[in-house]
Amino acid sequence: MTHATPLFTEELSHLEHKLDSRYPEWLNKLRHTAFSSVLERGFPTYKDEDWRYTRTASILAIPFKPAQSGMDHLFSCDAIDKLAGRFRGTSPANDTRLVFVNGHFVPELSSQGQFKDGVRVESLGTVLSQNEKGQEKTLSHIFSESAHAFTALNAALTEDGAFIYIPPNTTMGEPITLVFLSDTGATPFVSNPRIVILAGANSRATVIEVHTGILDNLYFTNAVTDIFLEQGAQIEHYKVQNETRKSFHVALLNVRQGRGSKFSSHLTALGAAIGRQEVKVALTEEGAEATLNGLYLPDTGQYLDNPILVEHQAPRCTSRQLYKGVIDGEGRGGFYGRIIVQPNAMKTDAIQSNKNLLLSESAQVDTRPRLEILADDVKCAHGATVGQLDDEALFYLRSRGIPLENARGLLTYAFVSEMLNLVRVKPLQSYLTELVLSRFSGLVGERP
Amino acid sequence: MLEIKNLFAKVEGREILKGIDLSVKAGEVHAIMGPNGSGKSTLSQVLAGREAYEVSGSVLFNGTDLLSMTPEDRASAGVFLAFQYPVEIPGVGNIYFLRTAFNAIRKRRGEEEMDAIDFLTLAKERMKLVEMDPSFMSRSVNEGFSGGEKKRNEVFQMAILEPTLAILDETDSGLDIDALKIVAKGVNALRRKDRAMLVITHYQRLLDYIVPDRVHVLANGKIVRSGGKELALELEKNGYAEFEQKAA
Repeated sequence: MTHATPLFTEELSHLEHKLDSRYPEWLNKLRHTAFSSVLERGFPTYKDEDWRYTRTASILAIPFKPAQSGMDHLFSCDAIDKLAGRFRGTSPANDTRLVFVNGHFVPELSSQGQFKDGVRVESLGTVLSQNEKGQEKTLSHIFSESAHAFTALNAALTEDGAFIYIPPNTTMGEPITLVFLSDTGATPFVSNPRIVILAGANSRATVIEVHTGILDNLYFTNAVTDIFLEQGAQIEHYKVQNETRKSFHVALLNVRQGRGSKFSSHLTALGAAIGRQEVKVALTEEGAEATLNGLYLPDTGQYLDNPILVEHQAPRCTSRQLYKGVIDGEGRGGFYGRIIVQPNAMKTDAIQSNKNLLLSESAQVDTRPRLEILADDVKCAHGATVGQLDDEALFYLRSRGIPLENARGLLTYAFVSEMLNLVRVKPLQSYLTELVLSRFSGLVGERP
Repeated sequence: MLEIKNLFAKVEGREILKGIDLSVKAGEVHAIMGPNGSGKSTLSQVLAGREAYEVSGSVLFNGTDLLSMTPEDRASAGVFLAFQYPVEIPGVGNIYFLRTAFNAIRKRRGEEEMDAIDFLTLAKERMKLVEMDPSFMSRSVNEGFSGGEKKRNEVFQMAILEPTLAILDETDSGLDIDALKIVAKGVNALRRKDRAMLVITHYQRLLDYIVPDRVHVLANGKIVRSGGKELALELEKNGYAEFEQKAA
């Protein structure tokens, strides 16, 4: 099972003694356990169903060092805006953005809104080192339960991340933005950002996660986001994966939903040589709803993979998945979507859809939708399509004078516009539209 | 303006056009009539540059070799095809699409591009020609349009792009009589001394409203008879059977 090539594990073996002592004892214990489990279990390989197409070997072949705090460049807030977008809401007083460089929180680049009583949007590192009363109870399980070696590695090594707590019956009017910028210079670094979002009963919030890097830096982002929704909570989560084309991005979005809660996630994946965004949703109580949307746009030299697991554990829960891929050049995309309906999850309503557009002869996509239904009386549907640009439509546009390249761009945009329309934070929608348009040559400016 | 000589077209090994000769002068309206499968739509697609066909022969458009040009170059040169089945493009706004086309053509001709506001003014004015509701501007290209709305949208596009050669491929198909009158009125308003039109139709009905200078009968990939507008009436009376036999 262990196929980890020597370089990264060698690097790891020097690390154990460095595990941070700023944290409370309970946490250090868990981190040591997680660390040992990485070495014992080894990293997943292509032999694992979930990882069949993710070539972990090419990540593990590089001797990544844990990212240090500090950065290669000095950034201003404006520079961060340019690199990662700026998604201000309507009320400047509540503008909240936490900026992390190489996995470490940078207070001087961050801004904190004025929050209602009890709301917390803070650096996870700070929160953990304070060792508040009751913390072990709320947080220990996220460090003790790791899905696989990469998650365990994150638990063992995470330097920092975000801690968000929304008290019951509280609505956050403005989106919370989390920026993870990698600026590693010549040394290949690994950073392990961890995001924890605890949404109290009937609370509401929108969180935007942006991951990006500088120039053609080579680095490895190993991110884990844990979101817990109490009864009736509503969380919208957006993620922009716009890492450098040389980097690696392995991420897990882990969600647990309580009774009647509503969760939606929206991924836009453009960057990374290997970008893997895993989503696991457990619908643990009656009437919970999850909507998972994703757009992945791999080009030559990129593999963007989307393993998704939605588990219906309780009756009358709803899940929707819509993932679209546009694969260009020699790029490769992946969708491995599983829905498991447990025996007691009656009246489950689950739909999964994966649509792919191949822009070149050498573009590839691996799509594997899967339903595992163990209950009666459920409504489940899934489907996957792989297609090319429509010749008829291309000719129509060209016959009106639109050059071939622009016509292709316009039709490609038309394919992805459905996903952009689903983004409800307007400034983010505009930002993503520009990112996507600039990706498809010949189109700039306003939305078609 | 348009000189077609010995034009052949094949698709998937099947010969559809079998030596077409046709000459159209500026200012003229020519009708091409014929039964289903005679090659009418192929002729219009070949002239607009559809790449699916294997083509031989020659087509000169204002003295330049049309067949060697890409569809977008033909559009810039002034060729316009009103599609029999206009394509739906969900996700692309009608006005954006049309302005992109309009400015692409201008750019190719070395003319200045028009900004969004001026273009909207132009579009609103030209829409009146086909009595189109301005709400169609903000909708996706042809998406959810009825048959009649799609055809009006085609004529509206023609009014914006102002071609020198307009090819109308079965613009009357799927139209009720009211819609037909509106579309024909739009087309007639666009008749000009320096513009030629090829009106392709199965039925004589359209030619009551768009009166042609010449009528050609296309059967089995060849023009088998040409004449004045009265030829259309004769066809209405006697049908195509006689020509189909002759051509076969």
